[in-house]
Order: sequence, then structure tokens, then C-alpha cells
Amino acid sequence: MKNIKILGTGCAKCKQTTAVVERAIAELGLTDVTIEKVEDIQKIMEFDIMTTPAIVVDNEVIIKGRVPSLNELKELIQ
Amino acid sequence: MFDWIQRFADWLVYGLLDLEKGQHLAEALNFFIYDSFKILLLLFIVIFFMSIVNSYFPIEKVRNFLSRNKLYGAEYFMAAAFGVITPFCSCSSVPLFIGFVRGGIPLGVTFSFLITSPLVNEVAIGLFVGLFGLRVTVIYVISGVLLGMTAGIILSKFKLEHLLTPWVKEVLANAQKESEVFKAEHTPFKERLPIIWAEVINILKGVLPYIIVGIGIGGLMHGYIPNGFFEQYMNKENPFAVPIATILAIPMYSNASGILPIVQVLVSKGIPLGTAIAFMMGVVGLSIPEAMLLKKVMTLKLIGIFFGVVTLCIIISGYLFNMIF
Repeated sequence: MKNIKILGTGCAKCKQTTAVVERAIAELGLTDVTIEKVEDIQKIMEFDIMTTPAIVVDNEVIIKGRVPSLNELKELIQ
Repeated sequence: MFDWIQRFADWLVYGLLDLEKGQHLAEALNFFIYDSFKILLLLFIVIFFMSIVNSYFPIEKVRNFLSRNKLYGAEYFMAAAFGVITPFCSCSSVPLFIGFVRGGIPLGVTFSFLITSPLVNEVAIGLFVGLFGLRVTVIYVISGVLLGMTAGIILSKFKLEHLLTPWVKEVLANAQKESEVFKAEHTPFKERLPIIWAEVINILKGVLPYIIVGIGIGGLMHGYIPNGFFEQYMNKENPFAVPIATILAIPMYSNASGILPIVQVLVSKGIPLGTAIAFMMGVVGLSIPEAMLLKKVMTLKLIGIFFGVVTLCIIISGYLFNMIF
């Protein structure tokens, strides 16, 4: 079971990131995944990042401060 | 350097579309085409360059540098200068703030960074070069850095730590100086390039509609407002022009991209540059949405003091600009 968290306080870039994550999961056909949106700033800061949006896979930060491209993300979460 | 763009615009408007030179519509269209092409080209160059710098100098490195080194006052300059090279999305202001506090960086220094970063960014620089030329751009960048430093130093004198929200005070109490040296990433340039490229395209795409609309409105104003129109209302002798422009600008929220082309036309029609720049700094540097975000980390009183000091510094730099030009 994979857990993907999207960290961001809800700005445009965070929404783009969510869309990319959802598309990557759909295109890879992953079913064993939970997506969690973390919008609370105190919870976000527990991951020790300084720029949002960020993507966390199983408690490891894989992207921070930018919206990843679909292909890049697919490789990272495969 | 941009002659070829002017020739292209002339050819398109007077040649291909066969509009008469001197006509309002023709002049406005010519201005629009010339400005759009020139500005997009400059933006592309500046954003690309800044993205490269940023790829090698991420924000974590900046924080660790400021946290690790004792700089005897130079940290304000460093924080403001780092603010220039670090791209900044207003939604990142809170994580940045907490990140700095956690690294044991003094509040005043953090403020220097927070003020300069949105004020002087890659989009603003690209637009400034295109609209006002290199000399004004250099002066703008320098005054943005000075403004961040000054406001940061003033704010540090107030000892504002007790005005942070409780959970931030806790972070502050547990702050630790960064001891580990930032682990150098040896990603070759070739592998960085696709990410840099994507970032450049992303930023350009984001600001493009604002710029086109801004230049469009600017183009219309350029063709229809008579030269020197504003001089009778907002000349340099009017001492209230700068504060009024600044205060009017604070509630407005726009990235520099939409506002700057309009500001440039206002200046060409007689509004003093300092007044216009004070207005612009107010729009870009301070905004109500930013205040809402900062409420998570600061009490209202602290936000008030922060905005007050920055507003004051903007007004002063507006006056200074008007004296220089």
C-alpha cells in the first residue's frame, strides 16, 4: 500500500500538482495507492520543507517547490 | 538590440495590414506588437538565467548558509540578496518563514528575505528591463534590496518574537543552528536542464495572460491618452502623491506582470517614476491575501507592524526615486 501526500495550502500550483498525481496514478494503473491532501500548515511543516507544493511518497519527500511533469512523476512513483 | 522587433512591428502594421502611420489604432497596435515581443524575449532570458542559478542554489542552501555563519550584520544584506535570486510564490511565504525560524535565523533577517523576495523577482526584472531600460532596472533592484535590509533591521529592533502565534514560538524555542553542510548534489547540467526548462515554460505560461492584457491596456492608453496628461494631477511637487499611490496599491493583488506595462505607460504620460514605482512595490510587495496567509504564523499586531514598516520604506524609496529622476 502506497501513500502519497500532496502538501500545499491550496494555491494554484498545488491544484496542478494534485491533477498531475491523479493522472500519473491513473495512467500507471496503480490501485494500491491512497492520496492524501495535506493543507494544514503545521502538518506540512513536519516534513521540513520550505517551498510548496510538495509530494511525499511513504513519508519521503520526492518533489518540493514545483509542479512535476507527468513523466517525471510516473518514474518517481512507479 | 531590439531594432528588428520594431522593424517587424512596422512591417506588420504599416505594411501587411496597411494601416496609416500616425493613426491612433495603428500606433496602439504597433506599440502592442513591439512591446509584447520584446518583453517576452527578455522575460525568457531572465527567467531562464534565474532558474539555472536557482537549480544550483536552492532555498535550503540559503537557509543553511544564513544559519551556519556568523555574519556581523551582513546577514541582512545576504538575506535580501538571496531574496532576489529565489523565486517566490506567495503561497510559500509561510513554509519559508517557518523554515527560517527553525534554522535559528533571527526574525529581522527573515523579514529582509520575505520583503525582497516578491519585490525583486525574475519576472519583475525581465519586465523592468523591457519597459524602463537597464539603468532603471539596476536602480530598482538595488533599492529593493536596500528596502528589504532597512525594513528587516528596523523590525529586528522592535523585538517582535512575542507576537508570533503560539505554535511558531514553540518552533522558535526548538530552533537549532544548522550544523550539517548542505550535501552537494552532483547532478550534471544535462539532467538539470529539462527541469529548468519545464520551470521556465511554467512561469512564462503563468504570467503570459497578465502580460498580454497589461500590454494591451497599455497600448490603448498609449495611443489615446495625450502626452503629459497626468502631469497636472500627479507632478513631483505634490507631496501626497507617493503615499497615496502606495496605500492605494496595498489591497491590490497582482503579480508584477499585469501591472508593469500599465505603469510604464503612466510614466510615459507624465506620472513621476518614483510615484509609479512606489505604487508597483505596494502592489507586488504587500497584499491582503499575503496578510491572510501570514495570520497562521503572526498575530494581527505583528502583521500590522510588518506592513506598516514596509509601507513606510516604500514611500521613502518613492520619494528617493523622484529625487534621482
